[in-house]
Amino acid sequence: MSEVMEGSHGVAHAVKLCKPDVLAMYPITPSTHIPEGLAQLIADGKMDTKFITVESEFSAMSACVGVSAAGSRAFTATSSQGLLLMTEVVYAAAGMRLPIVTVIVNRTISAPINIWNDHQDTFAERDSGWLQIYCETNQEALDTTIQAYKIAEDAGVLLPVFVCMDGFVLSHTYEPLEVPEQNEVDAFLPPYTPKHAFLDPNKPITQGPFAYPKPYAAMRKELSDAIMNSKTVVKKVHNEFAEKFGRAYGDGIIEEYKSDKPTVIVAMGSVCGTIKEVVDERDDIGLVRIRCYRPFPKEELVKALEGKENIIVFEKDVALGMASGALYHEIKSILAGKNVRINNVVGGLGGIDTTKKNISNFVDRMKDQNDKIEFLRGDPNE
Amino acid sequence: MIIMETTIGGIIYEPGSSAKTKTGDWRTFKPIFDNEKCKRCGICQKFCPEGIISINEQGAKANMDYCKGCGICAEECPFKAITMEVEKK
Repeated sequence: MSEVMEGSHGVAHAVKLCKPDVLAMYPITPSTHIPEGLAQLIADGKMDTKFITVESEFSAMSACVGVSAAGSRAFTATSSQGLLLMTEVVYAAAGMRLPIVTVIVNRTISAPINIWNDHQDTFAERDSGWLQIYCETNQEALDTTIQAYKIAEDAGVLLPVFVCMDGFVLSHTYEPLEVPEQNEVDAFLPPYTPKHAFLDPNKPITQGPFAYPKPYAAMRKELSDAIMNSKTVVKKVHNEFAEKFGRAYGDGIIEEYKSDKPTVIVAMGSVCGTIKEVVDERDDIGLVRIRCYRPFPKEELVKALEGKENIIVFEKDVALGMASGALYHEIKSILAGKNVRINNVVGGLGGIDTTKKNISNFVDRMKDQNDKIEFLRGDPNE
Repeated sequence: MIIMETTIGGIIYEPGSSAKTKTGDWRTFKPIFDNEKCKRCGICQKFCPEGIISINEQGAKANMDYCKGCGICAEECPFKAITMEVEKK
């Protein structure tokens, strides 16, 4: 059924369809409308879920760890400073292998304080062991939230997932969304039956124990392998979703959009919509969109970027101390030794608009350059 | 040294496994009990952070598998019946 609704409320409907046992919510702009939408669904009697109004984001993620460790399905959503406050528990959730799903409505981080969109908040959690899937549209955010539980709870994964959607650009935008029927989602996503982490008085277990250096190092390696192995599940779940619901996002890992050109842009999130329009208007560039950023789609990108002459990495984060974006270095590292020029635009910081003209101008300026790094300042004609 | 075979998330499925880790090898000092001075009052037993001092008619005794040699027992004993000695290994 198609319904005009806000992106955040679309996510709230997706969460409702996933039937989580507990929501531990603390509002922060621009993710606030997700808990608001969920609270409304519960107040209207449309959703039967325990809603905990915790006192901070640290508590929100701590409650999710408790819920998931007890063997139940947990959900929370946050943005920016809220995610940073969660950080200590974010790392614990991954190390404890708890399949929590969290929607991050991406917002920049302080200082200076600013509420608008970029990807610095989730990039700060890049190495935490959580999967990170970046959405281009509200429909994708809705669909990915449903997919996220199936990925997280897969016996071969058992890891938490961040579903990332751009603040305001997506979260506060109204558009028609396809909301699946409950019976369709029930058939796609079975109830969570915990096999590794649970609370059973007849079978007491210890979770999150102390570990000496050797078992610690072994478990870190296992965590590293587990998140890399999850890529096949991300793909499998995406394909199964596409078959059942008729909507696909590339191959679930990356999306190649008219990318059979010598020059391609690599980007993530909602700005890809703008880039696609530029690609349509001028026939000399293509787009490779990264959907699944963690685990990093190394093989997929190497294949998609094979034989390219010029790659422009457009990203909404900045690796302070490296004078560039972080994704740029990752793309350079996987293409090391290849004969290709790689340039970088650090764009959209603090929510500055990225216009079609900006993108076109960057392409024109960088086409014959190599290792050129530019920061977008917000002039529409820049 | 190893407290667990690695499982998903390091979860330990066997209760009581912490007793397998002999934390006593962290120790530098060890308590020496003088059971002539000891009044069997039980103060050292109550203050011991590890809960490993036992008291009977013969006097006080620490389970050296877990004693970390912190010296709190010696500090708290009102009868100076406990002294801390550097342990030679």
